[in-house]
Amino acid sequence: MAMQERWIHTPPRKSATFDDASIAEIRRASASGIYDIRGAGAKRKLPHFDDLLFLGASMSRYPLEGYREKCATDVTVGTRFARKPIHLKIPITIAGMSFGSLSAQAKEALGRGASAVGTSTTTGDGGMTPEERGHSKVLVYQLLPSRYGMNPDDLRKADAIEVVVGQGAKPGGGGMLLGQKISKRVAEMRVLPEGIDQRSACRHPDWTGPDDLEIKIQELREITDWEKPIYVKVGASRPYYDTALAVKAGADAVVLDGMQGGTAATQEVFIEHVGIPTLAAIPAAVQALQQLGMHREVQLIASGGIRNGADVAKALALGADAVSVGSAALVALGDNDPHREEEYQALGTTAGAYDDWHEGRDPAGITTQDPVLAARLDPIAAGRKLANYLSVLTLEAQTIARACGKSHVHNLEPEDLVALTVEAAAMARVPLAGTDWIPGRGRE
Amino acid sequence: MCGIAGLFLKDQSLEGDLGGLMAGMLSALGDRGPDSTGFAVYGTESPGSVKLTLRGPQNFDFRPLVEMLSEAVGEPTLAHRRHDSHVVVSIPATREPAARDALRALQQDISIVGSGRRMELFKEIGRPEQVTQRFGLAKMRGTHAIGHTRMATESAVTTDGAHPFTTGADQCLVHNGSLSNHNAVRRDLVRQGLTFRTDNDSEVAAGFITSQLTRGRSLEQAMEASLDALDGFYTFVIGTEFGLGVLRDPIACKPAVMAETRQWVAFGTEYRALVDLPGIALAKVWEPEPARTYRWERH
Amino acid sequence: MPEVDLARDSVRSLNAALHALPAETNETHWRVLNPRGQHAIAAGLDWPVFVEIDGHVGYYCAGMNKLANVTVHGNAGQGVAENMMSGHVRVKGDASQAAGATGRGGLLVIEGNASARCGISMKGVDIVVQGSVGHLSAFMGQAGNLVVLGDAGEALGDSIYEARLYVRGAVKSLGADCIEKELSDRHKQDLRRLLDAAGVGGAVDVDEFRRYGSARKLYHFHIDNVGAY
Repeated sequence: MAMQERWIHTPPRKSATFDDASIAEIRRASASGIYDIRGAGAKRKLPHFDDLLFLGASMSRYPLEGYREKCATDVTVGTRFARKPIHLKIPITIAGMSFGSLSAQAKEALGRGASAVGTSTTTGDGGMTPEERGHSKVLVYQLLPSRYGMNPDDLRKADAIEVVVGQGAKPGGGGMLLGQKISKRVAEMRVLPEGIDQRSACRHPDWTGPDDLEIKIQELREITDWEKPIYVKVGASRPYYDTALAVKAGADAVVLDGMQGGTAATQEVFIEHVGIPTLAAIPAAVQALQQLGMHREVQLIASGGIRNGADVAKALALGADAVSVGSAALVALGDNDPHREEEYQALGTTAGAYDDWHEGRDPAGITTQDPVLAARLDPIAAGRKLANYLSVLTLEAQTIARACGKSHVHNLEPEDLVALTVEAAAMARVPLAGTDWIPGRGRE
Repeated sequence: MCGIAGLFLKDQSLEGDLGGLMAGMLSALGDRGPDSTGFAVYGTESPGSVKLTLRGPQNFDFRPLVEMLSEAVGEPTLAHRRHDSHVVVSIPATREPAARDALRALQQDISIVGSGRRMELFKEIGRPEQVTQRFGLAKMRGTHAIGHTRMATESAVTTDGAHPFTTGADQCLVHNGSLSNHNAVRRDLVRQGLTFRTDNDSEVAAGFITSQLTRGRSLEQAMEASLDALDGFYTFVIGTEFGLGVLRDPIACKPAVMAETRQWVAFGTEYRALVDLPGIALAKVWEPEPARTYRWERH
Repeated sequence: MPEVDLARDSVRSLNAALHALPAETNETHWRVLNPRGQHAIAAGLDWPVFVEIDGHVGYYCAGMNKLANVTVHGNAGQGVAENMMSGHVRVKGDASQAAGATGRGGLLVIEGNASARCGISMKGVDIVVQGSVGHLSAFMGQAGNLVVLGDAGEALGDSIYEARLYVRGAVKSLGADCIEKELSDRHKQDLRRLLDAAGVGGAVDVDEFRRYGSARKLYHFHIDNVGAY
């Protein structure tokens, strides 16, 4: 090239602020006039459990032998007030997901898988289906602002009741189900006209605030003769205060869902910009419980981005009594599987990125009401896959716990952890690896 | 979140019962407010005097303090009355600045919980039955009183964080709800010269009302102004030298009940707080409307 | 006729006794004294019993009522008959907020006034209020009928789905997507039936009512309606 041309040409430079995704979204917004709606949880990179590491046994601590020396995994939820607390064999439950956002087959698969390994599933913003009650040995029944499908018979059939104040994907938001998924059956359960876009309330209709929640919880206990544990679920926002208030309102358990927690559908801005990471939420909640003398008395169930047994163990080490999986459970059933890549491409996406669940066109037949697509999911086979996955999570958590010398996964503690980054150290309140520094808290 | 109560006596013959009745109201609201309890009683005034309610540490001996204050204001021993961790001292109104200066100079943990011609204010951590007993509320008399049982939401459970909050002479406020723009309003009020002791949203509401009253607005105008200035969910019961004000935000999600007879007007977060008031069976019972100011004053 | 005095016995013991009634019970009429504003009285009833409560009740009286017939001789606090499934609940005095919230069936009658959010998110219950209702009544009402002989407060039927509203007095303002609709003969028959079921006599003329319901413009999101969201 001639001397002049070489000086004129500069390589193209993309903006980190106006990156491809941001620019594409601006284009989409100007074309459609509506905010972007999608499912799943926060997708951007956030401080998470990967930034924590366990300190395995060496000279000062001794490990337990795998298989021969026990490492127990059971947990009891509802010890505070319920006459019939729930006994789970593993500290991993299935999070609330509605029939409506999921197909009936998917709900059945979740029930089968969870029951096979001795844990619970949770209903969602659509009520309890007979299939789910039939297939779930332990079923937690959600009480949401919408009260779709709510009735006292199901309340009495449930094993526990979960009052939903919010969820991690959208703390402060309500449910959303678009017309494509309001099938005849869903419409009947929710008492809505078929095919319309469901609008949902973000506050409960008959109480606001923890002081009135206390009275609402008492009503639920009265209706069920004080048998069932009552959980209170919040999206991670101000977890220290929320946990304390849940305790003061009389909850048996607190379910805390970080921003990585998924949803079937909500505005993208909600998912990515409201709520805090799971990692930061758990220690704050545990601190509240400890200050009230309620740690282990009121159980803490953490969710939002739990993927593997290491995540489970880390959440427990930070002080949770159990974890909950939602997105991961769907992947275990077959969501976003690459063997359907052609179909994902036809939808304008790719396996692993598909999140337009509100459209109800899920090739895997999970987040859809289309009978043809839903029939693709064999609930028995999918249930087995979920059971396998849950078992692996448990085995992995046990492996780590044994390596740290614990005979029960609950004996994992924050001192078993260190952090790889300053942010993770500050949020999780554990020292930076190789140091004794916890940012913001000085030296141990 | 909390329980709040207010009682305004129209019939003077009931003034001796004021404390006992308020104690009963607070007791009924203990479940929804287990963290701390507080109340303000508007009793007799001595012309030319101001009452300061002071709080000290547990089992504090107030006598040296009273002696010190007496000296500071240039009086023989000031009239005072002790109530557990609080003491009410009457000082000549003209000497109030000197008294405040003397208190500020103290090394000890003594705070001025309230001041005014008629208002005495008490608050502590604990459930209503214990706290009202410690302070002897049942024996207190006056024309009106407000009270509060607290379930702390976003601030710590401390005595300072308990209601009522007072930001002006004879003025105090109790609040059930949760403000959402109190930090911005607080910064504004600080710029106007008010000081705040806590991060509490309710203290900001009290400060706002005071700032309005200081500018010569009436209680009613102050409450109207707060409808625009304050955002969130709130029910306020406000105490002034002459009576009570009640205000609910426009959305009105937090509960509120009022009752009235020829002898009194009462406010409670739940009807349960009103059940033992004399004549309740025949009282007119109603809910205050949202975004509407209510007040009962005696001049 | 069993009589329970809540000044002596707990709400728990009352509810436990009511829930434990066997199907063939002859203890079908109960009287409750001294409710003194307590909460969840007669909540979760599941059988066609009659419960008369002498005095004012707190929140959630007759919550999730099924088949039973509950009368409050006084006022009711927040959420009376919330999520009721069937049966009959009557408040002789006034009802506080969220009366009949999310109710799915049966009849709730309020002889006095109801305050804000009467019939919020109603899902099939019939509510007849002889007095007036407060703001945001029938908010997101999905199904059922709300009949108001007095006035209605601001934002009546905001975001309403298919619930039907009949108001005889003045409506302060209508909520998003709620409009006045024709009061046809069919609707007048429905209204007559509801008024009769509520025990409101023939003195009330159905022609004095106006009907309100959904304009159905918010059934599918459209950018031009964004102001309504």
